[in-house]
Amino acid sequence: MYQYSIKQLSEALQTKQVSSRELTQYFLDRTARLDTQVNSFITQTPELALQMAAQADAKIAQGNAHALTGIPMAHKDIFCTDGVRTSCGSKMLDNFMAPYDAHVVTQLKQMGMPILGKTNMDEFAMGSSSESSYYGPTKNPWDLTAVPGGSSGGSAAAVAAGLVPFATGTDTGGSIRQPAAFCGISGIKPTYGAVSRFGMISYASSFDQGGPMAMSAEDCAWLLNAMVGFDQRDSTSMQIEPTDYTAQLNQSLKGLKVGVPSDYFGEGLDPQVAASVKQAIAEIEKLGAQVVEVSLPNQKLAVAAYYVLAPAEASSNLSRYDGVRFGHRCADPKDLNDLYTRSRAEGFGAEVKRRIMVGAYALSAGYYDAYYLKAQKVRRLVRDDFTRAFEQCDVILGPVAPTVAFNIGEKADDPISMYLADLYTIPVNLAGLPAMSIPAGFVNQRPVGLHLVGPYFSEAKLLNVAHQYQQVTNWHQQRPEWVGDK
Amino acid sequence: MSLEMAEVKKIAQLAAIAVEPQELDAVGAKLSNILDLFDQLSQADTDGVEPMAHPLDQTQRLREDQVAETDQREKFQSIAPATENGLYLVPKVIE
Repeated sequence: MYQYSIKQLSEALQTKQVSSRELTQYFLDRTARLDTQVNSFITQTPELALQMAAQADAKIAQGNAHALTGIPMAHKDIFCTDGVRTSCGSKMLDNFMAPYDAHVVTQLKQMGMPILGKTNMDEFAMGSSSESSYYGPTKNPWDLTAVPGGSSGGSAAAVAAGLVPFATGTDTGGSIRQPAAFCGISGIKPTYGAVSRFGMISYASSFDQGGPMAMSAEDCAWLLNAMVGFDQRDSTSMQIEPTDYTAQLNQSLKGLKVGVPSDYFGEGLDPQVAASVKQAIAEIEKLGAQVVEVSLPNQKLAVAAYYVLAPAEASSNLSRYDGVRFGHRCADPKDLNDLYTRSRAEGFGAEVKRRIMVGAYALSAGYYDAYYLKAQKVRRLVRDDFTRAFEQCDVILGPVAPTVAFNIGEKADDPISMYLADLYTIPVNLAGLPAMSIPAGFVNQRPVGLHLVGPYFSEAKLLNVAHQYQQVTNWHQQRPEWVGDK
Repeated sequence: MSLEMAEVKKIAQLAAIAVEPQELDAVGAKLSNILDLFDQLSQADTDGVEPMAHPLDQTQRLREDQVAETDQREKFQSIAPATENGLYLVPKVIE
């Protein structure tokens, strides 16, 4: 049953071939059997899940269920979940029982989707490998010696291993798309402001965006329907027309203009990954799309701009962790400053400290203009590149990451090489555009992702292109052999 | 660019993070590498370019200043490291 699509699970539940209780128990059993190897969960919530499943079964029996009612899911451990530990992968929040629900958690609870637990991630979503978690690294189900990507690596690995049909993720510089690519699943980062950030623990607020991670574009479309929506508690939430993201899935791609940036296929891209991506683009061309070359000349500056702006925002956002109101507090502080500085030194891991310090530096007197303001200007140049490109095309296609999943430990001690792993995804966050990653083949038995980027609020079009591609390919249906049912 | 020891100490102070004396060198070296990456930005010609703070150039939404949330002090303080009579406890600030 772990291979079922969201649609198939929904039909099975509505026609009472299976109860939500049975389905939930099934996924809990799979997790108990397989996650000792993957480490995709930080916290499992079997009691909560079974209780929610019983409520879902009652709703289905009464005949007033939603299509998603009863389908189990998991949240990235960045979404506050009332009464459940919400750690953000950090020792700082190891003892943090969230006192309220994130908006996304509320939305999916209202749908009646049982919560199986909270998934592993890079500490405070700062990373591209899920190795910086306080709870140990998540392993890639395709190769347990490889990273699953990050920061939403736990969600990606849990979906890929069939431990859950769907999990939430967040994407600040690529944290949904890159792990989706590394684990061979589908994930979409919506337009900035489409999904509420309320209760989603902040990293860099002008970039952070939640979205679904699942096995196919069609699954993502169903889940996006439940996640997008205006929320007055998020000051940057967008008021957009209610959209049915499944409505355009079956549209023909005839006449679609696909932009392929020559800048994407230059130095640094693994030639075998390039070949897989080009083959996927050719497949989409066969479906009637027309390929045009576009240029994004300022993309090469995006990583540098991002690593000024995101740490600057992080240094401000993470100032709330002071050992006073919640989270880790050091023992026997000798004065208030000692309480702050030692609680933070003990509670944060190395990469988080590094980004807070870099951000504090970039914002400090004498450097603000040279770094922060300059980076904000470059951010506009990167955005303007996309605006120009979308005058010539409907969607941009390219690689998600320069390589397939790297080995655990390979980049752990080299921040810069880790940062550069996100060179294709980061520009999209600077611009705030919607983008997705879908599976497009394998290199050395590790999955390759195809990156689709569209203009603002073009999620339905991206899902349409991805779904049409998934109608003529079966990369998205592949599963690692060892995760099969016994 | 290589940060001086004094600069690393100042950055740690700005960030309110305690750094042990024996860690300063290693922390400084990694920060210096990141600052080298920033220097790429000087390649960009940004004359006349407006800084961009919000992807969709939106301004902050306003709302009426009305009470919308109920008081949940007890719930929120139940997860605090130390409280007394509804107050958060910290080491003595004024002698």
